[in-house]
Amino acid sequence: MAVLQKETEPKLKVPKQKRINWKKQLVHLFLLPALVLFIWFQLYPILSAFLNSFYSFQGMRRGEFVGLDNFVLLFTESPFKETFSRAFGHNLIFFVGTIIFKMAVAFLLALLINSKIRGKEFFKTVIFLPKLLSVIVVGFLFSLILNPTYGALNTILQFIGLEEWARPWLGDPDTALYTIILVNSWYGLGFSMLIFLAGLQAIPQEIYDAAKMDGASGLTMLLKITIPLAMPAIMVMSILTFIGAFETFELIFAMQGSQAGPYYSTDVLATYFYRLAFGSVDGGESIGLGSALAVVLFLMISSATAVLLFFFKKKEFEQ
Amino acid sequence: MAGRIGQFAKYLILSLVSLSILYPFFLMISSSLKSNVEILTSPLGLPSNFSLENYVLVWEKVSFGKYVWNSIYVSGLSVILILFVSSLAAFYLSRFTFRWNAYILFFFMVGLMLPMKLAILPLYMIMLQLNLLDTLTSLVVLYVAGGIPFAVFVFYGFFRTLPTELDQSARLDGCNNFQVYYKIILPLMKPALGTVAIVQLIGVWNDFFYPLIFLKSEELSTIPLGVLTLFGEYDTEWNLLFASLTISSLPMIIAFLFASRQFIEGLTSGAIK
Repeated sequence: MAVLQKETEPKLKVPKQKRINWKKQLVHLFLLPALVLFIWFQLYPILSAFLNSFYSFQGMRRGEFVGLDNFVLLFTESPFKETFSRAFGHNLIFFVGTIIFKMAVAFLLALLINSKIRGKEFFKTVIFLPKLLSVIVVGFLFSLILNPTYGALNTILQFIGLEEWARPWLGDPDTALYTIILVNSWYGLGFSMLIFLAGLQAIPQEIYDAAKMDGASGLTMLLKITIPLAMPAIMVMSILTFIGAFETFELIFAMQGSQAGPYYSTDVLATYFYRLAFGSVDGGESIGLGSALAVVLFLMISSATAVLLFFFKKKEFEQ
Repeated sequence: MAGRIGQFAKYLILSLVSLSILYPFFLMISSSLKSNVEILTSPLGLPSNFSLENYVLVWEKVSFGKYVWNSIYVSGLSVILILFVSSLAAFYLSRFTFRWNAYILFFFMVGLMLPMKLAILPLYMIMLQLNLLDTLTSLVVLYVAGGIPFAVFVFYGFFRTLPTELDQSARLDGCNNFQVYYKIILPLMKPALGTVAIVQLIGVWNDFFYPLIFLKSEELSTIPLGVLTLFGEYDTEWNLLFASLTISSLPMIIAFLFASRQFIEGLTSGAIK
């Protein structure tokens, strides 16, 4: 193993030549397919999306340059500004709700699995299972389970004598968003737990032994040792949760459609974007608006990612 | 005594969570074996008799078989192309010292975090111009392009741990660059190929967004899009709906049960993405 870890300094020097040796140039064919595909179908579309936000649109065709008009329309004109702030609020609720229902529970589970316990592998495997499903499958499966008349959940509630708790979970504007957050937490719980578990397993046992010798209680060790030392994993998960919350689309689309019902009570920025981009028949100004919204979302997500990367870099230097 | 109660509480919590994770799976699979009437009258019980009739119905009547083949075609082709194209690129970036290599690597790393959903309008226009709207090729192209950054990231990291002596001696034996890649490197990188293949396979197999945007013809649907169609057309025949959900999920679940360690390692190594 030690041999494999050795630095690999001696790389091939490519001799400089005056005359182009075509056979030597063939080596660039190794890079070319990946580079072309990446630029054509990743970088260019992203840059193009930015550019589009400064233009008006006739249908799918780019019209004249309008500067920041699309952004002004998005943020100051009715009904766009109301829709934006409502959707943004829902994204924030989604983020906070996922922190509580997914991250907190996942952290607790990681603590349990990291302690002296049998069947670690079994619990890890089971809790991770939902991550293998398509989000659309998760959404549809739960829309059947949560169906007010025939769904399993309300039947179970009746069965255990809690029929007053039974309600149309997805049909009531007061509960719909929270229900979807819970379903999303069901889906992502195992993944978060594994990230936390990796963080916990990196904490050396000696620290706990030393603390025990000093007579520290379990709670003190949790607050003074475990949580501070698991902070990198907690940070990473928080930012990933933030990105996920602001990108969330499929689950809401599956459970509530692109209109994000009932009465837009589950409408988030991505479903709003989808309606602007593909919802209207004539296109018209909405393509420009959609592009502007995409840019706003992009900036929010990429600034969170930048924080994440900065954090990773800092960690590397510290090691 | 307190330790015993604590230990009991741990198992209780873990069991309750596991139960709430597993129950929806159980419900999905057991309902897929029931008749529609039985689902609606006794949703919680086990199926009264074991019958695969719903699967036969879904496979033939709703042409779910076609969706499955489309999914296999798209995810198989995409994963193979991602592995091929990205391993070539990572080989180039790690084994040659061209002065632009560092920039290109950085370029690819930027790609790790591009939220491509937001570029869906330009992508739509590109596919319109290329005359690829409503083709499976459009999906394959997008999955391959989208998979490259992560794959290059993993492969490049792998090559850095691989000594160059092997390639050099192969070169002395007269191998050209492609032979070094094909005969020496490729066989050694099986673990890295496996990690990337698993991550990309799950991503492509389960993706719903690109098919939703780029496919119009029903006969080209991949499984997730087919499920959407099914839920629109047969929304009262829950036996068919549950069977279709089971068909979509079982392949990945079975693969996971056979190689759960690789799955977990692969997917958590992709945490940055």
